[in-house]
Amino acid sequence: MTTTETEHVAIEVPKEKGGGLKNLPVYLAVGVIATLWTIPSLGLFISSLREARSIRASGWWNVFGHLFDATTWTLQNYRTALDQGFGNAFANSLAVTIPAVVIPITIAAFAAYAFAWMEFPGRNVLFVTVVGLMVVPLQMALIPILKIYTTFNINGTFPAIWLAHAGFGLPLAVYLLRNYMGSLPSSIIESAKIDGADHFMIFSRLVVPLSVPVLASFAIFQFLWVWNDYLVALIFLGNNPKVAVLTQSLATLSGRGEGALNLLPAAAFVTMILPLFVFFGLQRFFVRGLTAGSVKG
Amino acid sequence: MTTPPVLEEERVPVPRPPEEPATNAFVVWLLRFGSALVVPAVLVVFFFTFTFLRDEGVNKLLQVAVALGVGIIGVWALFWGMDRMVSLLPRRAAAAVRPFAFVGPAIVLLAFYLVYPAVNTAILSLQDARSKSFVGFDNYVTIFTKSHYLISIRNSIVWVVVVPFLAVVVGLAFATLADRLSKGAESLSKSLIFLPMAISFVGASVVWGFVYYFRAPGYGAQIGVLNAVWDGLGGQPIDWLRQQPWNNLFLMVILVWLQTGFSMVILSSAIKSVPVELQEAARIDGATEWQSFRRVVFPVIFSTVMVVWTTVVILVWKTFDIVFVMTGGRDGTQVVAETMVREFFTNRNNGIGAALALVLFIAVVPVLALNVKRFRAEEAMR
Repeated sequence: MTTTETEHVAIEVPKEKGGGLKNLPVYLAVGVIATLWTIPSLGLFISSLREARSIRASGWWNVFGHLFDATTWTLQNYRTALDQGFGNAFANSLAVTIPAVVIPITIAAFAAYAFAWMEFPGRNVLFVTVVGLMVVPLQMALIPILKIYTTFNINGTFPAIWLAHAGFGLPLAVYLLRNYMGSLPSSIIESAKIDGADHFMIFSRLVVPLSVPVLASFAIFQFLWVWNDYLVALIFLGNNPKVAVLTQSLATLSGRGEGALNLLPAAAFVTMILPLFVFFGLQRFFVRGLTAGSVKG
Repeated sequence: MTTPPVLEEERVPVPRPPEEPATNAFVVWLLRFGSALVVPAVLVVFFFTFTFLRDEGVNKLLQVAVALGVGIIGVWALFWGMDRMVSLLPRRAAAAVRPFAFVGPAIVLLAFYLVYPAVNTAILSLQDARSKSFVGFDNYVTIFTKSHYLISIRNSIVWVVVVPFLAVVVGLAFATLADRLSKGAESLSKSLIFLPMAISFVGASVVWGFVYYFRAPGYGAQIGVLNAVWDGLGGQPIDWLRQQPWNNLFLMVILVWLQTGFSMVILSSAIKSVPVELQEAARIDGATEWQSFRRVVFPVIFSTVMVVWTTVVILVWKTFDIVFVMTGGRDGTQVVAETMVREFFTNRNNGIGAALALVLFIAVVPVLALNVKRFRAEEAMR
């Protein structure tokens, strides 16, 4: 049994992979690039865990002399950062991001279903128009929408920014979801119809559960996009620190220069913690989400 | 057959009143529009609930909870409610109206957030700073003659040439090399390159702010890695972000750092899809590693390279955060997307801001059209 298995594996890997002296230069090159790529964030992470005084006094690489010294490390910067507005900003980011992900997905899913499985006049023209809107950069929308928001005095409210993000994310969402839903076998939808299910039932019980992969991909793309967004928040939430999201608070803090040096690394990691968690937890969907986003305008 | 009882019931043919299509046409038409407007109308109501909540200074967690309730349950409930309402109509009318209840909210949102603003921005770009009177193409003339804007256009073009090139070349090289490592080493090293993708542009600016950190001699130790290395090599500390024109390059490095992971992951999966037999055959024919990459692998993955390239081009063209946070556009580092925000938001000049937005838009169209075309071709092949 074991011999056949080994043979099988040996056949499956025709390319030379893994160890061997021949691969040493490759390992070295990869190692150098990976190290270069890691140093900036590693340095910031180490800084975030140092005493405020040491951050100002010496570079982060000095910790390597006292790695096991208890006085080298502290969580105080994180505590201070969370107290000085970053805890509040984290909650704001959640309050902005979750609805700004769910609303466009829901609206796009219904529209995508209609485009894929319902007959109505103007269907193709409408769909092409929606997809064509991907070329409009959101910069085009800022001035007119801000004017309207100011007129109705809803600038700086969460629903205002949810709907803005929803609008900007819709063309891509409709496009991706419609492509996916349209590729579902028509036989299952026809047979559900024969069984007497109406469109709402087919959509919610059949099409949505079958579309989970594409929904997850778009959700992750939109989550990252909204969570990491600075421009839309800057324009539509404004300067009110009570509603500021993490990117705004971090940008403000970084503008304070030398005075904020001790808090900046910890604050930066507070803004990154959730996307990093998503990154490690859902890497497969994460990659798909990014690939799918390659056509966003 | 074990069909659920509910479905059985609905399958029973119900006697329907005779249909009168001609007279109802207008009503159906009206209903289509009405159903499309329900969701936005109710969302407007949400605005006011939420403004109320905010003004009361209520608990943050409660706010988040309300946000979740509105966002998740609310929108779903709206669609459900609309669907029930449509079902109350006579059968024929319901069938005609229902698609619009499904599509309508998306169309209304898009019309409000993209179509109307795009048209409005085009008009604003022909008006003065306060949008009071028409000035013809004056704003465009200003953009293409005054050196401040010309520099931002020049810088943007350099960004668009340099960043995608480096991101694709480094990503491709890394993907090719990592492909030869053992499985564990490959996924670890790829994760390290890819990790910055999760970081916001503002976060990345802070990360690199510490790399470029500068203190004038006599104002304390150099805590930035770059100046420490430079110091070790015997140089005087340098304020990297004020060295024209090289500061532009230092800012571009940040975006390369962020985007290489994206190109690496996509190109890596493309490389893995190249048939092994092809490369083996090349090797047997005596091709060197480089020749086999250049003549066998690269032609196969070329269309993916183009997709990655154009994607990064569009992203770079519209990136404003890095310049905005790192230098604020000072010392000759301004780019179009950043100048646009500054003109409209800081200088309150709607005319120039709108004209710059239009410049951004027009430059994107051909690239994105190409990208969508390729994406569709690829989808079709799947």
